[in-house]
Amino acid sequence: MSKNPEFVKFDKVDKSYDGKVLVVKDLQLDIAEGEFITMLGPSGSGKTTCLMMLAGFETPTNGEILLDGNIISNIPPHKRGIGMVFQNYALFPHMTVYENLAFPLRVRKIEKGEIDKKVDKALSMVSLNGFETRMPGQLSGGQQQRVAVARALVFDPAVVLMDEPLGALDKNLRESMQYEIKHIHESIGVTVVYVTHDQSEALTMSNRIAVFNDGKVQQLSSPAELYEKPVNSFVAEFIGENNTFNGEVSDISGDECKVKLSNAEILSNAISVKSKGDKTTVSLRPERALIEPNEKMDNMFSGKIEEVIYHGDHTRVRVNLLGNPEFILKVPNSTSNLELKVSQEIKIGWNSYDARALDPK
Amino acid sequence: MSSETKQILTTDGIPLEVSLKKAEKKNKIKAFLLVAPLLLFLFITYVFPIGEMFTRSVDDKMITNMLPKTFKAMEKWDGKELPPEDVFAGFYSDYKVLIENQTQGKLGQRLNKEKNGFNSITKKLMRQIKRNKIDESQSIKEQIMKVHKRWRDVEYWQAIKRTAPPYTMAKYLKGMDMYFAADGSIAQVDEDRRIHRILWLRTLEIALFVTIFCFLMGYPIAHLLATLPMKYSNLLMICVLLPFWTSLLVRTASWMILLQQQGVVNDFFVMIGLVADDSRPEMMYNKVGTYVAMTQILLPFMVLPLYSVMKTISPSLMRAGKSLGGTPFIAFWKVYFPLTIPGIGAGCLLVFILAIGYYITPALVGGASGTLISNQIAYHMKTTLDWSFASAMGLMLLSGVLVIYWIYNKLVGVDNIKLG
Repeated sequence: MSKNPEFVKFDKVDKSYDGKVLVVKDLQLDIAEGEFITMLGPSGSGKTTCLMMLAGFETPTNGEILLDGNIISNIPPHKRGIGMVFQNYALFPHMTVYENLAFPLRVRKIEKGEIDKKVDKALSMVSLNGFETRMPGQLSGGQQQRVAVARALVFDPAVVLMDEPLGALDKNLRESMQYEIKHIHESIGVTVVYVTHDQSEALTMSNRIAVFNDGKVQQLSSPAELYEKPVNSFVAEFIGENNTFNGEVSDISGDECKVKLSNAEILSNAISVKSKGDKTTVSLRPERALIEPNEKMDNMFSGKIEEVIYHGDHTRVRVNLLGNPEFILKVPNSTSNLELKVSQEIKIGWNSYDARALDPK
Repeated sequence: MSSETKQILTTDGIPLEVSLKKAEKKNKIKAFLLVAPLLLFLFITYVFPIGEMFTRSVDDKMITNMLPKTFKAMEKWDGKELPPEDVFAGFYSDYKVLIENQTQGKLGQRLNKEKNGFNSITKKLMRQIKRNKIDESQSIKEQIMKVHKRWRDVEYWQAIKRTAPPYTMAKYLKGMDMYFAADGSIAQVDEDRRIHRILWLRTLEIALFVTIFCFLMGYPIAHLLATLPMKYSNLLMICVLLPFWTSLLVRTASWMILLQQQGVVNDFFVMIGLVADDSRPEMMYNKVGTYVAMTQILLPFMVLPLYSVMKTISPSLMRAGKSLGGTPFIAFWKVYFPLTIPGIGAGCLLVFILAIGYYITPALVGGASGTLISNQIAYHMKTTLDWSFASAMGLMLLSGVLVIYWIYNKLVGVDNIKLG
């Protein structure tokens, strides 16, 4: 069976609640069958609204949503066959774990023996066998979460939606649940649309990430590409850490450009700048800048250390560089580590390819 | 091993348990003192009056105190034939004391309640005694029997003997349209005189229907209150609570204005052509009026517990139900409704218990068919002054409510009640 690259399709979808503000603007998004796609963005960016439109709890103001080629905008939620994991789990508190899982099967009039088999399979998937007779209130947060995941999967939906499902868990549990959900996805190959505002969660779990801001998808790409090659300064800022320089393009030739800052000129990778005189924000990941580099790098400047913070596996160094007092460096803690001291002058270098000249902030 | 059995000591060497008790004792005393005024208040205004009501309802000491010698002599009498001389003598001397104290009338009235015809024969006996017609040196039995032929009837003496115990259940039997027959067995009153049973049934019926109406109307309102955005739900909440701000009497009176035959509602029906002007339906002084007015007045008691429960139900539960494939009805019936049962229980119990003791509204808008058991209680309190009967019926009402509470506890469980 060949995978449908447009299994879920948002086609020019607009959404407004009050007729004045568009929460989602002209959303064009294709989700492939079996894909794990994450909608990532700050709160109010429209990502949950998109999910609710897909689930059927909100209707698009304009445009269509297609599931496997069929327009679903007019199909009520219970006929869409989409599983959903809610932010606060939404387990039915008056039903046992078994009854919670059997609910979607019973409403589909599946016979008892089949239900038992499916519930058992779903529970073993989240390693909760033996919890059938417990009430949700008797389970820990992590266990409730797993029941919620099992319930969303037990009726073999084509698509599973997850709305910040790990938001209420503590850090360690969240991380282990991230891997668990990822493995479940890999083993059963269901299409997952995941909503979160936690970027590390998104980077860990997804095949592709759609970064939302202001009702629009800013960038849709794989986690690595999103981190390494942000297409605009919002994405660069939102995903991971980021050093920025604001300036003006003074020369541009092909992929490379020169950006004039107030007191220097740096070489950058031209991404969203087109011509000389464009205002730009240059973005550089902290780990791409090296202290006293051995090899030759085409950007090389010296700055004064303002602060040194020990982080265990690495040390963060804040440097005043080219008029930016917030320039951050991440130095791995290795035996050959340099003695870094505050007020010390150090040389810092990076490749122009890693410095991306994006739209001005 | 030893660590399990060894007593744990504090750093000062006092056993931990003792130390803990000491530390908690102060808090316990403090807590008790805080609630003590309330406890006292409850005792004075609640426990004590109920006890007082109970003693009043079973109290029958009046005759016991009036005829001490008679009852003493009657102890040996088997009650089958006319009592012996000493019973008559005892009655004569007791009665003479009553005449001196001028309380003989009460005895006549009380005995008349026990058996018709006593009033006249005791009066006749009194006149004989006042005229000194009774010769104490002769057989008193013979002389009393001569006063009236009823004094020769053993049934009248049996009636006196029945009043001997200082306590009686007669008032409770009367509340159920029953009485102690001459032979001491329990008998039903004549069918055309059974009014209390009708009243009990009517009270139950009205309370039940008012509860059902309140539930049917209150559930959607409470749901709306719990799901509407804050600014609308606050307004709606004020509308629900508005009746609380108006006096009960004013509300009932306004229902009278609305519902009477020449009233606003009937005028409206005629105006829109629903009914002809000369055949306006009667909506007042019958059960319709009672239902309408009581439902409106008791509605907040249903809405508030339902609302407080519904407010805690996360809207995502309904969404989950739908997204899992349940139609909106199934999602409601299997997910939402079971979660509101604690509120339904609380609301229904509250409304039913309030309705069962309702008084002013049915009396004003209910007409003849609106007389409920509480009206009867009030009638005996204020008009016939038969307080012991009123107390008995009040206690019967209270025990009825307790029975309902017990059944409810068996069916749903009181722990499940949520008032907020």
